[in-house]
Parts: sequence; structure tokens; C-alpha cells
Amino acid sequence: MKNSKFIIGGLFILAAVVYLIASSTQASAEYFMTIEEVREQEAEIVGKSLRISGAVLGDSINYDPDTLTITFTVAHVTGDNDEIESSGGLAKVLHDAVREEGTPRLDIVYNGPMPDLLQNEAQAIMTGHIKADGIFYADELLLKCPTKYEEAVPEQSEG
Amino acid sequence: MLPSLGYGILVITLLVTVYSVAAAIYGETKKSAEMVESARRAMLLALPLITIASAILIYLLVNDRYDVEYVWSVTNRSMPMYLKITAWWGGQPGSLLFWSWLLSTFTSAVTLRKWDRDRELLPWVLVVTGVTLAFFISLNVFFENPFKLIPAGISVPLDGRGLNPLLRHPGMIIHPPAQYLGFVAFTIPFAFAIAALITGRTDDRWIRITRRWTLWAWLFLSLGLVLGMRWAYDVLGWGGYWGWDPVEIAALMPWLTGTAFLHSVMIQEKRGMLKHWNMILIILTFDLVIFGTFLTRSGVLSSVHAFAQSEIGPLFFLFITFTFITSIVLVFYRWVDLKSETEMKSMLSREALFLLNNLLFLSILVVSFWGVMFPLISELFTGSKVTVGPPFYERATGPLWGALMLLMGIAPLSAWGHSTIKTLGRSIWKPAVAALIAPIWALIAGITNWIALIGFTLVALVITVSVREFWRSAQARSKRSGENFFNELRKLIKRNRRRYGGYIIHISMVLMGIGIIGIELFQSDTQQHLGIGDQIELAGYTVQYDRLDQFRHEDGRFITRGEMSLSKDGKDLGTLAPRYDLYPDGQPMTIPAVRSTLVDDVYIILVNWEGITAESTPFKVYHNPLVKWVWIGGYVFIAGIIIAAWRDEEEERI
Repeated sequence: MKNSKFIIGGLFILAAVVYLIASSTQASAEYFMTIEEVREQEAEIVGKSLRISGAVLGDSINYDPDTLTITFTVAHVTGDNDEIESSGGLAKVLHDAVREEGTPRLDIVYNGPMPDLLQNEAQAIMTGHIKADGIFYADELLLKCPTKYEEAVPEQSEG
Repeated sequence: MLPSLGYGILVITLLVTVYSVAAAIYGETKKSAEMVESARRAMLLALPLITIASAILIYLLVNDRYDVEYVWSVTNRSMPMYLKITAWWGGQPGSLLFWSWLLSTFTSAVTLRKWDRDRELLPWVLVVTGVTLAFFISLNVFFENPFKLIPAGISVPLDGRGLNPLLRHPGMIIHPPAQYLGFVAFTIPFAFAIAALITGRTDDRWIRITRRWTLWAWLFLSLGLVLGMRWAYDVLGWGGYWGWDPVEIAALMPWLTGTAFLHSVMIQEKRGMLKHWNMILIILTFDLVIFGTFLTRSGVLSSVHAFAQSEIGPLFFLFITFTFITSIVLVFYRWVDLKSETEMKSMLSREALFLLNNLLFLSILVVSFWGVMFPLISELFTGSKVTVGPPFYERATGPLWGALMLLMGIAPLSAWGHSTIKTLGRSIWKPAVAALIAPIWALIAGITNWIALIGFTLVALVITVSVREFWRSAQARSKRSGENFFNELRKLIKRNRRRYGGYIIHISMVLMGIGIIGIELFQSDTQQHLGIGDQIELAGYTVQYDRLDQFRHEDGRFITRGEMSLSKDGKDLGTLAPRYDLYPDGQPMTIPAVRSTLVDDVYIILVNWEGITAESTPFKVYHNPLVKWVWIGGYVFIAGIIIAAWRDEEEERI
């Protein structure tokens, strides 16, 4: 009998933690999708919180300094790390995605200062949602340029 | 020739370490004192060997030896001397070597100091630390050789690639070593715990021996976290200090279990309870430390801390699995010996509240772990990858942190063994009433956010309870002895360092809490393009753009620097100069300008984009209320833990 109050107390804490995790997950879950998946399911996912990644098309970058509005287009890259590795690394995958005409693309609108790394063939990781107009409105924009710090051997000294 | 020598020494160190482990196991099982002594000497030899290897690496770094791949990858000619030295831990192979060097230093310190006294446990401590050391050195020897030369056929580069600019900061001297010290030092209490399990000395001897080790380990782990926060705030230029980045979480997780461990060992010492629990906590802490090192080193996650992809990831995974399973098997093997000596009776007793504290820390751990693993779990079950961001962690851990604060306010007033609502109520009502001053004051100041009001009440409760503990005890002693109050206070702290150091640490935590409440709930920002003479208004402040300078620094950086004058209600508050440095290799760095007071910070960044002109320069201004209290709490914390961990004058009773 003496133990029962501890067991009840323990269960109470457990329930509270499960509730916190479940409700917070639900409130802030973001769906990882590739550009291709977004294009395929466009109609069903309007308004859903998404996290997507794609290769930036340098020519498409447009920045309006007065309203701090950036628009650009990203091309589909695979979300599978093994596939990226086997096709020659992230830098190559991004490069190919930008060059090939046939890859699915998506227009992005982002409000904010121009990020340093927003440039051609950068990997853009964005959170936001897609509206009925088929444009992705990003709340958050992270950029990676894989070429910069991952060369295995010094290229400039080759030869 | 030096690089080959360095590599050769690493190979020898690995052999010596493996020998030491084998000799210690053989010596202990066959009762051969000679073999055990030989194992100890081998381990003591490992330290000078790794030190020489590290010295060679530093020599190569400092002397611009770009024929060595590691040197080429983390330094260049323009870097100042201190950064060339700290490049020791600036990349993967070097930081693994640094890990080994620290572990070897700690192991030597342990085996040198009290060998005869702890003769029973130490051979097995040697085995555990030796296996860990061998693992890390073999990573260097087989996969990540810091002495690897640039492949033949490629001419030696004239200059290095240089350290990632984000790491070119004085913080580099202290943040990584502090984090690593904390990580590595937790190996020692873990090793003692395993030794206790193997030898069957399952009383609290291993805990008493490692008590101060654990505190120092915890100090450095905490310091690493705080310094990392400060560095992020000063350098990364996004207006905050904690982003729930996976690597931050990886460093937080062993801190959570370590903190729980620090508390629960006290119950084992005082009441002989929770012995299984303590074993599991230290095992978890150790494996989370390895996991943390793995996450920062393996490149599986992308963040400011991650280096390039590498093949050592699976090995870390194997090592974690191996140590975890072996340890847990040992705990089951000794399960009966680890039975509690007393039973927990009252739910409000000190030990029950400590247990609750442990459960809360573990809950935060579970939340964090869930957040990191959730994408993988959901992908496994639903096929679609779902992730959770900072809002998840804030929402799910917020109430748990709050409950911990409440406990810090209540637990010091409850008694060991037995407490009731009545006894507890009697001692808590006065500080609780006094604590109400905080929310009333906040309401008068116009704060109506109820989370903030609860938070401030809890902060005030913890401070009044803790301060009152000091005051009451010192006052009573001073009355009895007739001596000066402050003398008695000093003696009091000296007599029970852990307890009073602990109260100071509690106070420091809630001081940090003030800053966290401030920035989490009341941060505001604005971003605008300004021409010279234009102004931005934010939270009552006026920022005026006065001047723009653009020039090339002698080390090749192209610097853009804005000058802003800050004022409030017409009163001039000085000049702020946010900067934007573009390194020759195209890597940019945003350096914020901050005016920091106890009330709030004004934090300005220059958001560069090509074609910046005096007529149109993009700025982002953050108003971060109360954030300075995070750093103040940090200083108080260090003071508290030094008090708690300082060596007692009389020899420890072990």
C-alpha cells in the first residue's frame, strides 16, 4: 500500500510528459518533403507546415530591398543521403539539379534580409507552407554551400 | 620526417594502451600484482607519448607545414599564432587527438595519485579508460590521421585553406576545450562505476572517490554550454544564443543526466537508496558523452559544429552499443547487491523530491531525444519525414524547467526521511510571500504575460529560500558563538561546501532563468534599409545611421562597417558599429554590435548584400530584454561550483 502513492505519482509524471511530447509534436511538426513530392501533392498540402530542401537557381534570385522580399526558384534534389553519396556528393547533386531542365521546380517567396549564402547551386533548406497559388512561402531559410569546406585535397595546387 | 614520427608515436601509443588493458585484465584475474603494476606503468607511458604526438602536431601547425593535409585544412599564413595553436582541435583528426590527450591526462592523474588507497578498483578503472583511449587513438591511427601528407604528385600548397572563419574567434581558445574537458572527465566516474560493478564493491565508495571529479566534469560541461551560447550570441549574428540545433542538444543531453546524477548520488550517500538508478545515470551520461562527440565529429547532422562526412560514424555507434550493453549486463549481474538499504516513505521527504528532480531531468532528456530522433522514427513508421523545430522544445520542456525551479524552491526546506504538507508549509510560507514581490513588481512595470509572471515568482522563490538558508544558519551560529556574522558564514560554507555551493548554483540557475524568460518571451526585432542620417525606432530606442566605411584589412578581409548612434528619450547612449567581414575565400562573417545593460540589449547586425551603399544599407536590430542575466548567472554558477568542488582542508573520508 505504501508504494501505491509513488506509483500513482510516477504514472502522473509519465502521463504529463507523454502529453507534453504528443501535443508539442503535433503543434510544431513539420513535414520533410522533396520538391518533387510537393509538386505532386500540391493540392492536399496547402497550408501544412513543411520543410523542404532544394538547389537554388542563381538566375532566378530577385531581391526587393524596399520590402525586403526575396523571390527565387529551387530545383528538386533527392532527400536520400545514400543516393546523394552514390551520385557523387552533395555539390554535384546540386550542380546537376540546377543544370538539368527536367527537374521539378518550385518558386519561393521569403521576407527578410538577403542571406550571404543565397547564390547559385546553394542548398536552400526552408520551412513554411505552400498556398493555393502554388508558391512556397518560407518563414525560415537556411543555406549551405557544400563546395566551400569539403574539398578533400587542395585543388589549386594540382598539376 | 616529423609527420612520420608523429604517426609512429601514435601507433606505439595504441599498442601500449592495448597492452595496458590486457595486462590489467590478466593481472586481476590471475592475481598477478606484477602484471597489474606493469599495466599501470604502460598507461603512465601513454601520456608522454600522446603529449609528444600532440606537440609535433602543434609544431607543424605553427610552422605552416602545408605538406600535411590537416595543417593545410585548418590553418593559413594570415592566422594569428593563438589560432594556429588552437587549430589542434579545429578539425576532425586533431580534435580526436585532443580527446585522447585529455583522457590520457585524467587517467594518469587518477592512477598516480591514490594508487595504494584505491588499489581494489583502480586496475578496472584502467581497463575502462584504456579501452576508451584505445578506441579514440585507433580512430586517429586507422581513419583520421592528423599527420597524413598531401598525396604524392601534388605540389605542396603555398598557403593553407584556413580555419572556418566562424571559428576564428578568441572563443576558440576556451569553448571547445571546456566542452571536451567536461565530456572526457565524465569517463572517470563512469570507469569507477564499472570497476565497482566488476569487483562487487557496490557500496558508495566509488561515488565518494569520484565526487569531486564529477563536480569538475560537470563544471566544464556546463561552462562549455554557456561559452558556446555566448559565442553564438557574439558571432553568429542571429540575435540569440540557443537554437535547439541537434549538436546543442547533443551537448545538453549528458548535462541533463550528469546533473541528475549529481543530485541522486547524495541520496545514495545519505540514505543508501537509488543504487541501480545511479549506475544507470552514469552509464547513460558516459554514452551520451560519446554520442555527443560522435554527433559533432561524424557529420551526420548539419550544423555550425559539423565537419565533413566521414567514415568513423558507424564505429562510434559500435562503441556506444558495446559499452552500453556491457555496462547494463554488469548492472543486472549485480542487481541484488545494489538493493536499497532503506525504503522511501514520505512523498515530500528530501529524497522523494530529489527523485522527482531526477525524473524531471530525465523527462527533459526524453523530450530532447524524441526531438532529435523523431524524423527517423516517423520516417520508419509513416514513410514521410517529419521534423520538429525550436517551438517543440520550448513548449515541451518549458513546464519541466518550471517544475525544476519550483523544486529548487521547495526541496531545501524538506527533511530527509519524512516531511508532511504541514511541516513543509510552515517553513515555506514566509519565503513564498516574499517571493510575491517579484510578480507584483512586474505587474506594476506593465508585464502581463502570465508565463513570465509565474517564471519571475519561481525565480524569486528560489532566491529567497536559498539566501534564507545561508542567513538562518549563519545567524544561529553567530548568536551561539558570539562571533561576527560573516566569519560564521564563511565557516558554514567551508563546513558543508557541497550544500552551500549547491544553493549558489541554484541561485545562478534562476538568474539565467531571468535572461531566458526575457529573450524567449519579449524579444522583438525589426529590419530596414537605411541611408546615412536615417533612423530606426525599436522598443523606445532610436538608432541613427551615421557613417559607412568599407576597406580591406591587411589580412585580406574586406570589411564593411556601419556606425550607428543609439539614443533613448533624447539621451545619447553612445556609438555602435556592426561589421561585416568578407574573407578572401568568400566566406562572410557578420559581427553584431551590442549595447548590453541589466535591463536589455540592443543588438544590431549589418546585413550585407552586394552593392551596399551609403544610401541604402540593410540593418537588423534586435531588442533582447534581460539577456545579460544569462551571463551573470554563468559567473555566479562558476563561483558556486568552485565552492562546491574545492578540496576540503581535512583529508576526505573515503
